[in-house]
Amino acid sequence: MFKDITIGQYYPVQSKIHDLDPRTKIVYTFVYIIILFFANNYVGYALGVAFLGFLIAMSNIPLKFVFKSVKAILIIILITVILNVFVTPGNVLLRIGALKVTDAGLINAAFMAIRLTLLIIGTSLMTLTTSPIALTDGMEYCMKVIPGVRSYAHELSMMMTIALRFIPTLMEEADKIMKAQKARGADFETGGILKKAKNIVPILVPLFIGSFKRADELAMAMEARCYRGGNNRTRLYELEYDKNDKIAYIITAVMVAMIIASRFLPLMRIPIQ
Amino acid sequence: MQKAIEIKNLQYKYDRDEEEITAIYDLSLDIYEGEFVGIIGHNGSGKSTLAKLINGIIMPTKGDIFVYGMNTKDENMIWEIRQKAGIVFQNPDNQIVATIVEEDVAFGPENLGVEPSEIRKRVDEALEKVRMSEFKDRKPHQLSGGQKQRIAIAGILAMEPRCIIFDEATAMLDPSGREEVLACIKQLNKENNTTVVYITHYMEEIVEADRVVVLNQGDILMQGTPKEVFARVEELQSVFLDVPNITNLAHQLKKEGLAIPEGILTVDELVKNLCPSS
Ligand SMILES: Nc1ncnc2c1ncn2[C@@H]1O[C@H](COP(=O)(O)OP(=O)(O)OP(=O)(O)O)[C@@H](O)[C@H]1O
Ligand SMILES: [Mg+2]
Repeated sequence: MFKDITIGQYYPVQSKIHDLDPRTKIVYTFVYIIILFFANNYVGYALGVAFLGFLIAMSNIPLKFVFKSVKAILIIILITVILNVFVTPGNVLLRIGALKVTDAGLINAAFMAIRLTLLIIGTSLMTLTTSPIALTDGMEYCMKVIPGVRSYAHELSMMMTIALRFIPTLMEEADKIMKAQKARGADFETGGILKKAKNIVPILVPLFIGSFKRADELAMAMEARCYRGGNNRTRLYELEYDKNDKIAYIITAVMVAMIIASRFLPLMRIPIQ
Repeated sequence: MQKAIEIKNLQYKYDRDEEEITAIYDLSLDIYEGEFVGIIGHNGSGKSTLAKLINGIIMPTKGDIFVYGMNTKDENMIWEIRQKAGIVFQNPDNQIVATIVEEDVAFGPENLGVEPSEIRKRVDEALEKVRMSEFKDRKPHQLSGGQKQRIAIAGILAMEPRCIIFDEATAMLDPSGREEVLACIKQLNKENNTTVVYITHYMEEIVEADRVVVLNQGDILMQGTPKEVFARVEELQSVFLDVPNITNLAHQLKKEGLAIPEGILTVDELVKNLCPSS
């Protein structure tokens, strides 16, 4: 039952976006998140939607999958929308008891919903098109250029790699332990949430103890293979930018310029907040 | 012949909360370049401790170990020692680090700071030698135990060691996996002249070894060719060790009065002794 769990939400298909260097995608995502907060009018948002739509189309990932991530935060979006509708001052359109719906409130709410949706889709597009391993690699490279975290970059990415490597192993082990417990009459299916949670304990304890032994042996094996941290370490695959990455960076720059410029178009400006 | 490993008056004590456990008592042993040395011994006889000592993972309490002339106590040499004398452990799951087979094989050379193009070459060669090239893009958890263990061996090979220590490398495998890994190790020994120190509980696996060393309670009980060692059936049994089944059969037959020698290792040999005319 545990074996078919996929790790992360990587959607492996062939596309130009998939083939981009992970660093390019990480930088783009960061820039996109920040630039969204600069958009303050219809044009800015339209640009945000257009660029994202373009990337989604390029990525060969079905729209259904892309929108799946939005489902997870639907509640948050709803709460934000409701708050905005009732709290923003403006021309009153409708009264429900003490609550007022204003025109500015409706516009604000709509923009907030769009902004959140874009944020979520923008980031999940990165995880959908980048394998966890490539993502880890990209993060290591990106962190190496940030002064404060530079010295932890390698360690953090090694931790991520080992975690990714051992998730399937531990899943298998959990499955085995569970079967062993079932064979002795343990019942995992019936009962309320509390009882089910309690039933997890006899699985978790042996799993936990087992992982410590694994960690110990792995550490020894790594040492025996001359592991001594990130210093002087080389890589089988060094990350390298190619032509498409350069194009992607240019597109990113164009997007930034256009969204910032949109703030200065007086005609189009719609006051939001 | 050049000495690959030289162990001189080695002693090792584990310090475990006040209590001291002596795992190795005054052990001396030389292993020569290109040799296939089988090491056997009952549980707790100090085999794994010896392996870790040779690799410099733990340091001798007394005595010295020289790996190709380098003392394991010399901190400046420790990485070169580990590169020259690699070690393959029992559980394949707990020694594979990366999420992709070829990246795991690359782990050792990456640590050594080898150039990417050279790493590529070594990874391909190592995978070729253990006949796992077609699996290079797989995830480790999609492989069988025997395949995983061959990947672990490739990971060591990619560091280009001259000696490899196998600490019960086949213990967790099924019979076919065990055969496939052992065949691979024997081939490395013959074709690459890699020195092999082979720790095992399966006596059948070392009947073709150049030398068998029997450990008991942290010391060498006896050593010699497989023929010499397995001829001493009663002595081995007294330290809870078996001999290969065929050797035991021959021993029983001899006890019943048949005129055949001790230390018979293969079926063919037994047949020849029983029916000299055929
Ligand atoms: N980490 C440790 N701490 C304390 N004592 C240990 C430790 N590891 C091993 N020992 C002790 O050292 C002795 C030798 O252990 P070692 O693991 O070398 O035996 P072994 O020959 O490899 O046995 P096996 O066949 O079970 O693998 C044993 O008495 C064991 O209890
Ligand atoms: Mg052992």
